[in-house]
Amino acid sequence: MKTNKNFFAKLFTREYRSRLISFLIIILGYIVIELLMATGNLSSMFQSLLVPVTCYIVAALGLNLNVGVSGELNLGQAGFMCIGAFAGVCISGALAGVISNGIIRLIIAIIIGALLASLFGILIGIPVLKLQGDYLAIVTLAFGEIIKSLINNVYVGFDSNGFQFSFVENKLKLAPGGKALISGPMGATGTQRIATFTVGVILILAALTIIYNLIYSRSGRAIQACRDNRIAAESVGIHVANTKMLAFVVSAALAGAAGALYGLNYTTLIPSKFGFNLSILILVYVVLGGLGNMTGTIISTIVLVLLPELLRGLQDYRMIIYSVILILTMILSNNEKVKTFAAGLRKKLTRNRTKEAAADE
Amino acid sequence: MSENKIPVLEVIDLGIDFGGLTAVNDFNLKVYNNEIVGLIGPNGAGKTTVFNMLTKVYQPSRGTIKFCGQDTARMSVVEMNKAGIARTFQNIRLFSNMSVIDNVKIGMNNQITYNNVEAVLRLPKYREQEAKVTEEAMELLRIFGLDKDADLIAGNLPYGAQRRLEIARAMATKPKLLLLDEPAAGMNPQETADLMDMIRFVRDHFHIAILLIEHDMKLVMGICERISVLNYGMLLAEGTPAEIQANPQVIKAYLGE
Ligand SMILES: Nc1ncnc2c1ncn2[C@@H]1O[C@H](COP(=O)(O)OP(=O)(O)O)[C@@H](O)[C@H]1O
Ligand SMILES: [Mg+2]
Repeated sequence: MKTNKNFFAKLFTREYRSRLISFLIIILGYIVIELLMATGNLSSMFQSLLVPVTCYIVAALGLNLNVGVSGELNLGQAGFMCIGAFAGVCISGALAGVISNGIIRLIIAIIIGALLASLFGILIGIPVLKLQGDYLAIVTLAFGEIIKSLINNVYVGFDSNGFQFSFVENKLKLAPGGKALISGPMGATGTQRIATFTVGVILILAALTIIYNLIYSRSGRAIQACRDNRIAAESVGIHVANTKMLAFVVSAALAGAAGALYGLNYTTLIPSKFGFNLSILILVYVVLGGLGNMTGTIISTIVLVLLPELLRGLQDYRMIIYSVILILTMILSNNEKVKTFAAGLRKKLTRNRTKEAAADE
Repeated sequence: MSENKIPVLEVIDLGIDFGGLTAVNDFNLKVYNNEIVGLIGPNGAGKTTVFNMLTKVYQPSRGTIKFCGQDTARMSVVEMNKAGIARTFQNIRLFSNMSVIDNVKIGMNNQITYNNVEAVLRLPKYREQEAKVTEEAMELLRIFGLDKDADLIAGNLPYGAQRRLEIARAMATKPKLLLLDEPAAGMNPQETADLMDMIRFVRDHFHIAILLIEHDMKLVMGICERISVLNYGMLLAEGTPAEIQANPQVIKAYLGE
């Protein structure tokens, strides 16, 4: 029985507890939703939210690694999603004739979206992460706007000669049989919708695995050390810029992957979807869920996406109530009395558990 | 100490200016392996500034720092640590939101060779090295009497324990030279006595050189083989504890006119 006990003891260490809870939430949520859909109990409005929620969760989990664990403010997560989305749409469109299986094309699109977003992450990170201060926030903010405007003005097509790019609409000369993939401000049109909720859930589980396994490794410890005390981290031989780069690039890659999934969920997609508002929204999910708290990010994303829809019956008042709930949550989660109460509650719960364990002996 | 041996640390005519203020000037020092050397002087004498130059937190304005015979002019903070200098800070700088054992594991980061892919996939190399790092970190925590606190958050430790954890973290980088900036500050007499034993043990067990700044004269005179005295950024005297205690200039600097 000894090994069995060790196994359970391991499950309740700090590392495994949070991992277990977040995995359980996602898997149970998935089962419940699949059951509701199979029995026809999920309204089409909720069904349309399923894939976007998984995208937001993945992008927010990535951002939490960057903002919560690494401690660098990033205001351009929507920009990285934008890159992933339009790269994904292009790749999927180009491969449509070669690979008929939508899931395989979706996976390829997600991988390419993640790679392209991380490439942009590296390009931004090299100059900016050497500096101390809030430069990353400023530069990522500008980056998000630039990417959005760039795609607003680009025309991409695909024909027998490969990808064709132009900044002027009628200069895009496509060979017969070719098709336009991105048409400037009109965005991507005629995209085949191949995104599925199941792939979204698998992407969340992959993101959680990557983030948790990274946090509890050499690099994860270094990332937290650079956040806690830059000078001390350097004094024990940790290269701060490289370390912060890792968190930033993984965050960008996850946003790119989420973007690809998002883009392939709609027949038409306009670049202005990925504006500053979306970056802030994802940041709100992270901050409300708790910096560095991945389970919190998942819960706050789900609640904040669903809340406006649940309040729909209240019509004109819904955005007011939404904002009031946001503000109250922020005040309460930062209130010392509430915090001590929560800590006391947690202590009581763990004490009960140890008592039970003692009684088991 | 035999003069033909290469010192671990050799400082020649070191100086630094902050704007118009010369904080340290013409500072010379040699530290040999297995030695415990003290650096003392009144507040504001420039002792911490010397440590900051030795670790390249500050770039010296003048002079040479040789480590194990090598010139370190072009080296960064990170490179100085990789070369074998580790330090603690006068105003404690722990990773205060991380666990006690993780603080020590951070010190071992450069001894770990698995990459991020091996970590994310939890391959055998990751498991083996993490097990080894955990074991070594616990061993260090035991030396510094912190093994029972391994899973506590470092910022919640009592003051004296935080100071000891900083030394443990520095030792985790496997240094050849350990710099301690006022390690006994804020400790009670019993804690200070325990600390003296720990410092001696560290030197004897790991065979390293230790340079320490300290105001507690009982500690300095008790464990240092040689002492350098700094006053207004200049070297005032150097010698054995007995020589320093008898030096009229040192007495004057400490007691005032
Ligand atoms: N970064 C800095 N900028 C300006 N002056 C400094 C700086 N660091 C130290 N000094 C000055 O150098 C002198 C020595 O300080 P310090 O080395 O901290 O003394 P101590 O011997 O007490 O450790 C002081 O006058 C201090 O004001
Ligand atoms: Mg000082």
